[in-house]
Amino acid sequence: MHTAIQLIELGAIILALGLLGAVAVRFSISAIPLYLVAGLAFGAGGILPLGASEEFVAIGAEVGVILLLFTLGLEYTANELVGTLRTSAPAGLADLVMNAAPGVLAALLLGWGPVAAVAMGGITYVTSSGITAKVMADLGWLGNRETPAVLSILVFEDLAMAAYLPILTAVLAGASLLAGATTLGIAAATIAVILYIALKHGRLVEKFVQSPTDEVLLLKVLGLTMLVAGIAQQLQVSAAVGAFLVGIALSGPLAHTARDLLAPLRDLFAAVFFVFFGLHTDPADLPPVLGIAALLAVAGVLTKLGTGYVSAKRAGVGSTGRLRAGAALVPRGEFNIVIAGLAVSAGVNPKLGPLAAAYVLMLAIAGPLLARTAEPLARTMRARKKRKAGEPAPASDVPEAERIGDERVSDPT
Amino acid sequence: MDVERTSLPGIGLKHEFTTARGRQLGVVSHRSGRRDLVVYDKDDPDTCVVSVALTGDEANGLAELLETDRVVERLNELHRQVEGLVTEQIPLATGSPFVGRPLAATQARTRTGASIVAVVRGGQVLASPRPDFVFEAADVVVVVGTGDGTAGVAAILSGG
Repeated sequence: MHTAIQLIELGAIILALGLLGAVAVRFSISAIPLYLVAGLAFGAGGILPLGASEEFVAIGAEVGVILLLFTLGLEYTANELVGTLRTSAPAGLADLVMNAAPGVLAALLLGWGPVAAVAMGGITYVTSSGITAKVMADLGWLGNRETPAVLSILVFEDLAMAAYLPILTAVLAGASLLAGATTLGIAAATIAVILYIALKHGRLVEKFVQSPTDEVLLLKVLGLTMLVAGIAQQLQVSAAVGAFLVGIALSGPLAHTARDLLAPLRDLFAAVFFVFFGLHTDPADLPPVLGIAALLAVAGVLTKLGTGYVSAKRAGVGSTGRLRAGAALVPRGEFNIVIAGLAVSAGVNPKLGPLAAAYVLMLAIAGPLLARTAEPLARTMRARKKRKAGEPAPASDVPEAERIGDERVSDPT
Repeated sequence: MDVERTSLPGIGLKHEFTTARGRQLGVVSHRSGRRDLVVYDKDDPDTCVVSVALTGDEANGLAELLETDRVVERLNELHRQVEGLVTEQIPLATGSPFVGRPLAATQARTRTGASIVAVVRGGQVLASPRPDFVFEAADVVVVVGTGDGTAGVAAILSGG
């Protein structure tokens, strides 16, 4: 009887997510905010509280985080990571300082203490690489000159996460200075070992994972990822980081196949993760933090615009591209919730969860919209500047196709 | 032509170049095999105004189209340059002694002065075949040379 109710609840949740996903696709927005809202509705104090499937959802959420980080690691090769560190460390550091600052300041001003400040810094810092990559592909920005700079920032942030999550785990565990230092040492050593294997002996890993059929490959990759994630968790390095590093160790055609195989699983469990976070947030807690969340969101938009400006300028890109780079970086999403989830389960200030949820809801929706308005905005700004300089505004209302056609007309042959 | 190559972490590679007329073109190569053909804005070289997503097959098709046209162009150019030059398309008969043998075995250029510049096989143009290129039945051999020269090649191909 109990199983039947669990099945019904799970089915209802997943079906609801599917319907919300369809809405997200229809309006081409990220589904993450909708999943969070679904979690809020089904959770404690929501309109339709569910309880029986809690245990499954909790484990599913953990798996979701592991798979999110693993597929993120798959996106990059170890060489790309090292290359990015070499070329874009200054822009990456500027991004870190500018964007973590509002969260840290807010936590300290609210009197939540230094532990919450570490978590809040992470929440305001990370851009959602998933949403950003999708926005750039949707808007046809991949060929633009500022795109490599934006992608480097994303890579740098993901690397920063690999260092940050163990620190956060240690701080949240309330570790003493010595115990904390030991944990950090273990974390650094683990990361170094896995990166070394990935860089120098990537072939060995690939040889081990190589499989005759997709089925075998799926089981091997999933098993290896969860195993390493579990061991990393045991060593206090955080399961997510372990999974991320396994993803980096795999590269080449194998990584491509693995990504295709695991993508559906990741989509399912990541959705469960967002719901889980929403389940644990009481909607009644949202209104009191909305003001702070809105302020942080405005700050978050401005600081990411600053990051985009700086990094695109470093790449020698003009003003339109700088604005585009900033706008592309605004969306926050999965990792901000991952960080908040860690902090909430460690029992930091109870307002942190709702605050993070509201913050991500705002920026996951506002980010892609802002990106869409970036180009028209830049065009208007350029036109105004030209008009001030006494020149006529450019005929930007001429359709692009015609402008390309001009060339054929003026062809002298 | 200078092609600039940029790595796009997590996506793939981007190649771009500037045409003689000053337009900028590029190709974004995704790891999945997808190719984006991008055209940059005339006034703002940072911005691509057109981005066309191509599947691997479509990209190959486009590359072939560009290549084929260039072969025809090269032929026309040869015609214009040298008065009295003829292009002949010679179908290789099933009974030809060169079916299954390499191009070098015909010694066409040494014996006639005419060159085999392309072979059309199954509707596809195989440009500039190398000496080790092996003929198949029903190939159409494209020969450029003087009238006598191309006739000589036709004779060689049909019976040595």
